[in-house]
Amino acid sequence: MKDLVEIRWHGRGGQGAKTAALLFADAALASGKYIQAFPEYGPERMGAPVASFNRISSEPILLHSGVSNPSVVIVLDPTLTESIDVTEGMPDNGVIIINTGKCPDAIRKELDIPGGIKVFTVDASGISKETIGREIPNTPMLGAFVKATGMLDFKEMLEDTKKKLEKKFKNKPEVVAGNIKAIERAYNEVRSQ
Amino acid sequence: MAKSNILARTGNEAMAEAMRQVNPDVVAAYPITPATEIVQIFASFVADGLVDTEFVPVESEHSAMSACIGAASAGGRVMTGTSSQGLALMAEMLYIAAGLRLPIVLSDVNRALSSPINIHCDHSDTMMVRDSGWIQIFSENAQEAYDNMVQAVKIAEAVKLPVVVTTDGFIISHGMERIEILDDAEVKKFIGDYKPEHYLLNFEKPITVGALDLTDYYFEHKRQEIEAMKASTPVIIAVGSEFGKKTGRSYGLFEKYKMEDAEAVMIAMGSTAGTAKVKIDELRAKGLKAGLLKPRVFRPFPKEEIADALKGAKAVAVMDRSDSMNAQEGPLCLEVKAALYDKAANKPVLNYVYGLGGREIKPEDIGTVFDDLFEASKGKEKPGVSYLGVRE
Repeated sequence: MKDLVEIRWHGRGGQGAKTAALLFADAALASGKYIQAFPEYGPERMGAPVASFNRISSEPILLHSGVSNPSVVIVLDPTLTESIDVTEGMPDNGVIIINTGKCPDAIRKELDIPGGIKVFTVDASGISKETIGREIPNTPMLGAFVKATGMLDFKEMLEDTKKKLEKKFKNKPEVVAGNIKAIERAYNEVRSQ
Repeated sequence: MAKSNILARTGNEAMAEAMRQVNPDVVAAYPITPATEIVQIFASFVADGLVDTEFVPVESEHSAMSACIGAASAGGRVMTGTSSQGLALMAEMLYIAAGLRLPIVLSDVNRALSSPINIHCDHSDTMMVRDSGWIQIFSENAQEAYDNMVQAVKIAEAVKLPVVVTTDGFIISHGMERIEILDDAEVKKFIGDYKPEHYLLNFEKPITVGALDLTDYYFEHKRQEIEAMKASTPVIIAVGSEFGKKTGRSYGLFEKYKMEDAEAVMIAMGSTAGTAKVKIDELRAKGLKAGLLKPRVFRPFPKEEIADALKGAKAVAVMDRSDSMNAQEGPLCLEVKAALYDKAANKPVLNYVYGLGGREIKPEDIGTVFDDLFEASKGKEKPGVSYLGVRE
């Protein structure tokens, strides 16, 4: 499993860290990859810190242990960094994408992130408020993620996510449109150093 | 493989999907973490009219299995799902389902038993009911969970025994993976129509179900159940091979991974087997001869086959995800050691099953055992297991 990529999503209960991992896995599957998506089951209270995980590979994935050295980390809630080491276990050449209005330089200094790790930031909360009408940062972070890692074809991912959302929100087409807009904006607005 | 047959599904979704395709006559179930979704998703299939199933929401797992037993006795194809404390609460009825030879299929999402209260994976629940007369099939991942559920229906109905298919709680039940499914029509064809031989709703041939059976015939009926369990082995193999011809995914009693020349062999069931394979690949890359034997069928336990498969091994580690509380080893290790003992023992240990249902044990029965023992001590071959006092 040479091309195995492990991913960790940090969020707070209710922000959609689990859903984001599932949506991403589904999109990766549609592109022909083998996938895993699983949440960390613990204190699943609204607002409590939660994490979810992905494994993506072009070969069957046999590992059924937790993910402890993710090469990609996505942080849905910037306030989590006060209580959690979001870079824990990351390799030197990892990628971290944080939902914040701040620029990558400021975040790197603030969290003392080692030089090898690439830092990306995007104001996913702001984007989701404007496009969906509520603070739901998970779908825009998908867009930022695809831009930052180049792991999936953006158009295919967008199409696949749209299909999934249309199924989930059969009677709320405005939710689907808002989410798609949010993903596109985050894809275009994500910043690197 | 058509793209529409490749899906991202959790273990629970995969099992529910298999149940949808089987389209059983009756599902009676009570939700419990981490198996809740199986029941919930299946209930939505019923509500959406995707299945013809009579769904019976009950007030407990004891009632769930009771309703399953009633429906299966009536002649229906019946399925359910549970976990942990739910399986424990079913225990009384599990024995009854097996004794009545009802081909019910149950998905059990493996979870620890209380106390202390814990919702996460271990195999204590399935192990607790390992002697209940249910065929037990373990799954490594969501794909196997789906495949095993489909095969379980065919196996159960062929041998007239209930089958439990397990997945590891949360690790598989809530982990989304890539799975390949069959078309609905293919599943239907594979399992065929269920034509029970004896059933309550057959007014041409009325039967009694669950009659009192004291010292006069209980032992003989139990013996038949034991023989049915033994006879299920070739059926399980045949169904696994037929499934393989259809899908490219063949199944046997256990899987051998890099066992050909393995010196250090691990035995592990469920999701840990996958993680072990990754580690074994790493060890092999370093030139170390590591291998894995993954039991799929725990009941009936493939004793001789496993002993044969371990012939070349120099050391064996048995991974038990449950404990037998001061039995000599965990339940899987006890089975493996016993299987190996018979192949290499310096003295025969004979097993006599006796006195079931109050069958009297007489001095002459004890005498027969000693006759056997003295003959065996002189090197005469004797059966490993005998049923003492049963009428043949």
